[in-house]
Amino acid sequence: MSTNTLTNEQLKIVIVGHVDHGKSTFVGRLFHDTGSLPEGKLEQLQAIAERRGVPFEWANLMDALQSERDQNITIDTAQIWFQTRKRQYVIIDAPGHKEFLKNMVTGASSAQAALLLIDAHEGVQEQSRRHGYLLSMLGIRQLAVLVNKMDLVGYSEARFNQIETEYRAFLKSVGLEPQGFVPIAAKHGDNIANRGANMPWWQGGTVTQTLDRFEVAHPAENQPLRFPIQDVYRFDERRILAGRIESGTLKVGDRLMFSPGNKSSTVKTIERWSSLSSDVAQAGESIGVTLTEQIFVERGAVAALDNALPFELTHFKARLFWLGRNPLTKGKAYKVKLATQEAECSIETIHRVIDSATLETVSRREKEIFVGRNEVAELTFKIKRPLAFDLHDALPSTGRFVIVDGFEVAGGGIIVDDDYPRRTAGENIKSDNIYWSHGKVTPAHRANRNGHPGGVIWLTGLSGSGKSTIASELERELFNLGKQAFVLDGDNIRHGLCSDLTFSPQDRRENIRRVSELTKLFMEAGFIVITAFISPYRADRDLARKIIPEGRFVETYVNAPIEICEQRDPKGLYAKARAQEIKEFTGVSAPYEPPLKPEIELPTNQLTATECVTRILEYLHLRDAEDSISI
Amino acid sequence: MDHLTKLENQSVYILREAFNKFENLAMLWSIGKDSTVLLWLARKAFFGHVPFPLVHVDTTYKIPSMIEYRDRLVSDWKLDLIVGKNEAALANGTTYPNGKATRVECCGWLKKDGLKQVLDKHHFTGVIVGVRRDEEPTRAKERYFSPRDKNMEWNVEDQPPELWDQFKTDFEKGTHIRIHPLLHWTEINVWEYIERENIPVIPLYFANTKGERYRSLGCAPCTGPIKSNAKNVPEIIEELRHTKTSERSGRAQDKESEDAFEKLRRDGYM
Ligand SMILES: Nc1nc2c(ncn2[C@@H]2O[C@H](COP(=O)(O)OP(=O)(O)O)[C@@H](O)[C@H]2O)c(=O)[nH]1
Ligand code: SF4
Repeated sequence: MSTNTLTNEQLKIVIVGHVDHGKSTFVGRLFHDTGSLPEGKLEQLQAIAERRGVPFEWANLMDALQSERDQNITIDTAQIWFQTRKRQYVIIDAPGHKEFLKNMVTGASSAQAALLLIDAHEGVQEQSRRHGYLLSMLGIRQLAVLVNKMDLVGYSEARFNQIETEYRAFLKSVGLEPQGFVPIAAKHGDNIANRGANMPWWQGGTVTQTLDRFEVAHPAENQPLRFPIQDVYRFDERRILAGRIESGTLKVGDRLMFSPGNKSSTVKTIERWSSLSSDVAQAGESIGVTLTEQIFVERGAVAALDNALPFELTHFKARLFWLGRNPLTKGKAYKVKLATQEAECSIETIHRVIDSATLETVSRREKEIFVGRNEVAELTFKIKRPLAFDLHDALPSTGRFVIVDGFEVAGGGIIVDDDYPRRTAGENIKSDNIYWSHGKVTPAHRANRNGHPGGVIWLTGLSGSGKSTIASELERELFNLGKQAFVLDGDNIRHGLCSDLTFSPQDRRENIRRVSELTKLFMEAGFIVITAFISPYRADRDLARKIIPEGRFVETYVNAPIEICEQRDPKGLYAKARAQEIKEFTGVSAPYEPPLKPEIELPTNQLTATECVTRILEYLHLRDAEDSISI
Repeated sequence: MDHLTKLENQSVYILREAFNKFENLAMLWSIGKDSTVLLWLARKAFFGHVPFPLVHVDTTYKIPSMIEYRDRLVSDWKLDLIVGKNEAALANGTTYPNGKATRVECCGWLKKDGLKQVLDKHHFTGVIVGVRRDEEPTRAKERYFSPRDKNMEWNVEDQPPELWDQFKTDFEKGTHIRIHPLLHWTEINVWEYIERENIPVIPLYFANTKGERYRSLGCAPCTGPIKSNAKNVPEIIEELRHTKTSERSGRAQDKESEDAFEKLRRDGYM
């Protein structure tokens, strides 16, 4: 058996077709005819059949090999690897009947080519069509149709032509162009690896010749760049964005635009471990990159080049097949997974439900509209936040998605054209989702609408340490990410709510107490409140922490040495304090008690304001959604 | 891109998905060539780091040099190793090597239960395992992300579809997911990769002066060497290209064909 030959080329194929049209028989015969069976195995199985007085069935051959338990006889009997002179083939899943569709979909989604069998006697059947349709939706572009059991129709050329004409027309209507039709008799080996003498009229090749004409798909390096971020690592001093390039080519120095969100930065390095380093990476490579400017990017973002961006919208139109136990219904929330993005979604419109075997529209009374198990539908999804995507026809890997129902991957689909607006850089996309609540509006309702619960980012630090700058940049970033955020700082508090207070320790305490209470109200209203007060006393900050629910209070120590703050002195306050024009100035004539265990510490003498904001966003992103703020 | 590089990129992708999706993730490390390649791939995926613990289920019957090799790599590569042992079963003193239990019982206690104990104790919800599709018949039906129920059972008949590298990462409490980054590798791919990457493997795989080597490693009383003169990786690859015997032919317990064994094998304990 040739499993262990050194291989540089391997092609994955999937074998489909209506039940009993001969898939198992074909596979058994293919293994035999390509010399892939262990020596003596066939004779042994034939002898067993004879002893039992049953006819030998090629269809049982793979099963017999698979249940072979005496592992000592031959290698890897379960192998569904076989070899032609040209290359090695893997049959992704041995045909079986139970849960065939789920296995077939699994196999076909990673296959590079498919063989579809049709019984010459029975002709095109329901599953012949359904499988053809699914192959086309799964993005299979190389298909050969094997018209089997030609012996049962007297090896008739006319019958073969008739089936070819009928099925070719069907495939065309689902957008598939087969590489060829081959008349075979799996049981007898006609046209599998050898021509045989039964069909002298046949001028085309055998199945193995057809297989060898397929191409091993090459990753899409000449297409537009799509680099979906899988994760952001900070194992050491590097901040690495890890992912696999799905299409295109990425180079050091490229200006990347990240969608959704329209953030851009430049590739500083391409990171690999224990591999030849190179400043270029291509489709198919799992790599990491570091950026020159530290921007906030998280899993799900898709990096592209400015001149060819993906769409970025809160709805898309798709063709979908449904395998779920429960039907796909309107009004229910599902999860969509597309590349590395995940979002809550629901059906906006079901345009039509298609019987994948007849291609006819399934008619249902308006109110009962749903997509049942094994049905195909054209529908429009609305998504709770913008998703970056492409048309499947243009860029398959960012143009397809799965739908998760509860814990199960229950369906898959491809995105079709719907006159989506092309984006111009800098534009903000508004989500138009509305959530209804009946009865009392609870924090959970608010969190649901906002997409995050309320919380507090409590910035503390010396005057001039950078609190206000960070606060306003953070507010803007959160706002652009579609979050409810609001800054409370000296300017909007001291002039109004606390205009009666001085800077004495008592008044400072009262000031912070009022701020804490106000913060709590804003938080309960669903906001991420960013406070930017010196708040020098530990006891005061602890008071604020105490009235905010656990996990929602993020004490952030904006830490810069006093000399630096004094140099910056944006409002000339240090100068005045030194000249004793201001009394009780924190750090000069009043104490500052640094936090003992802040959730975040930002050394602003080492980080830029953008880097500080990125740290905070990363921190929020990493929190567990249940009982902490998390964005 | 050559086949080996494709396999490598896919495995790295899977490891990163697993790391992102499972808070309590661990990797099984049997010290053998497959799980050592897996460990190497983790270092590729995480740029030299291994950001989750390795679990080694110690039956206390492993070939002693395996444990030495294990501990050396742990210190050289700064690994976080959790050793699991079914102490109760060992204290009980009924094992196959001392003649007081059948192999099925012994493997069930020391390997299966030993693993279950570690998983339970550390609440792991994702476990990375180096099984390959070509090892054993039923594995041809495996998925990259394969759910196990509360009793660690695998339901072959009803598996989730796995399409376009969208894996099953949502699961019920109490169940866990086995992750198989090496699923589509073959034995020879593993050796080709060891050669290409220069991965240190345990010398038991190379022929000794008596002309014997181990093709697969396990417990000393139940694993035997095969006849071979392959003294280095290229010679092993050459040998595999011509061999007609199964990878596990040196493993005594695989020869027992009770259903219980079939199941242990299918569940990835062997
Ligand atoms: N006469 C004839 N029978 C065939 C041929 N190929 C398969 N069969 C029979 O068709 C039946 C179903 O075949 P099987 O391979 O199990 O189909 P599957 O369900 O698609 O896997 C079996 O009884 C086979 O012997 C053929 O070329 N000629
Ligand atoms: S391989 Fe042998 S010694 Fe090891 S657990 Fe199984 S029966 Fe016991």
